[in-house]
Amino acid sequence: MAFEKIKSVKELKLAASEIRCDIIRMLVESKSGHTAGSLGMTDIFAALYLGVANHDPKNPDWDGRDKILLSNGHICPILYATLAYCDYFPRSELMTLRKLGSHLQGHPHWGHLPGIENTSGPLGQGLSQACGLALADKLDSREGLIFCLTSDGEHQEGQTWEAVMFASKYKLGKIIQIMDRNNIQIDGNTEDIMPLESLKKKYEAFNWEVHEVDGNDMSAVLSLLEKLSAKARSSGGNSAPIIIIANTLASKGFYSAEGSYKWHGKTPSKEEGEIALADILAASEKIRAE
Amino acid sequence: MEFKLNKKMNLNPALFEPGCKKESTRDGWGRELAVLGGEDEKIVALTADLSGSVRTNWFEEKYPNRFFNCGVAEQNMASVSAGLAMAGKIVYFSSFAVFSPGRNWDQIRVNIAYNNLNVKFSGAHAGITTGPDGATHQALEDIAIMRVLPNMTVVVPCDAKQAQKAARGAYERDGPVYIRLGRENIPVFTSDSTPFEIGKINVLNDGKDVVIVACGVEVYAALLAAKKLSCEGINAAVLDCHTVKPLDIETIESYAKKCPKMIICEEHQINGGLSGAICEQLCERGLNVKVARIGVKDTFGESGNGLELLKEYGLDSEAIYRACKKMIE
Repeated sequence: MAFEKIKSVKELKLAASEIRCDIIRMLVESKSGHTAGSLGMTDIFAALYLGVANHDPKNPDWDGRDKILLSNGHICPILYATLAYCDYFPRSELMTLRKLGSHLQGHPHWGHLPGIENTSGPLGQGLSQACGLALADKLDSREGLIFCLTSDGEHQEGQTWEAVMFASKYKLGKIIQIMDRNNIQIDGNTEDIMPLESLKKKYEAFNWEVHEVDGNDMSAVLSLLEKLSAKARSSGGNSAPIIIIANTLASKGFYSAEGSYKWHGKTPSKEEGEIALADILAASEKIRAE
Repeated sequence: MEFKLNKKMNLNPALFEPGCKKESTRDGWGRELAVLGGEDEKIVALTADLSGSVRTNWFEEKYPNRFFNCGVAEQNMASVSAGLAMAGKIVYFSSFAVFSPGRNWDQIRVNIAYNNLNVKFSGAHAGITTGPDGATHQALEDIAIMRVLPNMTVVVPCDAKQAQKAARGAYERDGPVYIRLGRENIPVFTSDSTPFEIGKINVLNDGKDVVIVACGVEVYAALLAAKKLSCEGINAAVLDCHTVKPLDIETIESYAKKCPKMIICEEHQINGGLSGAICEQLCERGLNVKVARIGVKDTFGESGNGLELLKEYGLDSEAIYRACKKMIE
């Protein structure tokens, strides 16, 4: 039986708040990891894992599941926190992030933890892995979709564009890529380090179906994901691959860090973590009161 | 002194005759891949715009729906292969060794080796015998960069028949396997009934005066050298060490104990390859063995005819013969 989906935007927002709190707690405890992308992508992870994708935490290898790949593995705190929220493993394990003997490696390792669909870390490899899975699914007539979460920064890697061409050639229409367009990378803003625009036009030129969304607008994210999933499921897996360019705010919810590239690979101190948690919980109260 | 080869090896009786059939290792590998494709539908094959050159075209002709041409994109090919293998496929991919594993080492390391996936890939046109294309296309470092990866098996076939068996051996073995192939047509000196087991040295000739350990094209050169030495009453053992990893150190050790004079031959940089693998283990085992290394001496190659280059770079049977003589003296 698949995971019971949450369809209420309000409930998804509240779940996202809880997941954000877990991310902060994990990062404060581990003192090592990536804050900005994890917090920025939380709304998308919540919508995808809790509201849209077919998967089963009790049976992670279920053949008919949708597979969710994370290409920019450094934002794995959000992956781990979401998997724990779905009950793939006990939430208490989150506090072992990056520690010796932990299942929660610094970057995700396939087979190391239930729910992880690919190994990533070195950037630009996830979309290629997604293509391989989608090809196999085509050969074996599997039904699931392949969601591939990527970053904007890794579009500076040549391999990403090799995969973009490949997916287009083989009409891997069951791939839905969601790009975290937060405009930051370690050394600065993407458009200063190595300009990426226009990403939309580039993908269109490569014959992908391109959509854009405010990646922190739960209602918009949910409805777009639902619409495109239904479309991809009915396409028979022989149409143009789909990309959603999700415009997100780095470090979303932790106000003093929002939008800044300086939080790409930095963790909050204990004091900063308390501030972040207060920010998130206050926002959560507002959502409850809506 | 008559040169008697190990009968258990069932080598081609015509191996020293001028008319001995010649074929490249890429041919043997490609032929077996096409056969395997008919036996198991889980097998898929990929290449990066070199299907004819690396002989995946024979699989492609028979099983077009299980063949994927990635275009000139070796990094993507390696990661796509990982995705296919994660979904249960047995994946064969091939390109020139300078590009794969030369260019996609990171993808092979992280996506394939770290996940211990069933990906069997070959690097064709490896070694100096790649010839006229010159240094850019002569992979002389691939054994080193593959054997250092955990979970990886590294096989260097000595002729087309063995390459055929290696393609099948890779299929039968769990996990990633790298098979190094060559472009040059070389004598097919083994036979269908020559034994082949990944990780097990073939003792082609027993000997007590000097031990020659070789892989790839160097194995035949080693046999020629041993034959010449036998005319002078020198008895050279010839070990075909087709598997660089896991290394059959037990066999090497037993020979090192019998005769602590070893010539290690490979069509690869002298550093980091087969001789590196053997010396590391011999030293660790505290064996006092005199070693001479036949290989490319920390330099790049150049254009030329393949066999001409073997001679020029000191990798031919004469070079092995001289190294043996020097060690015995």
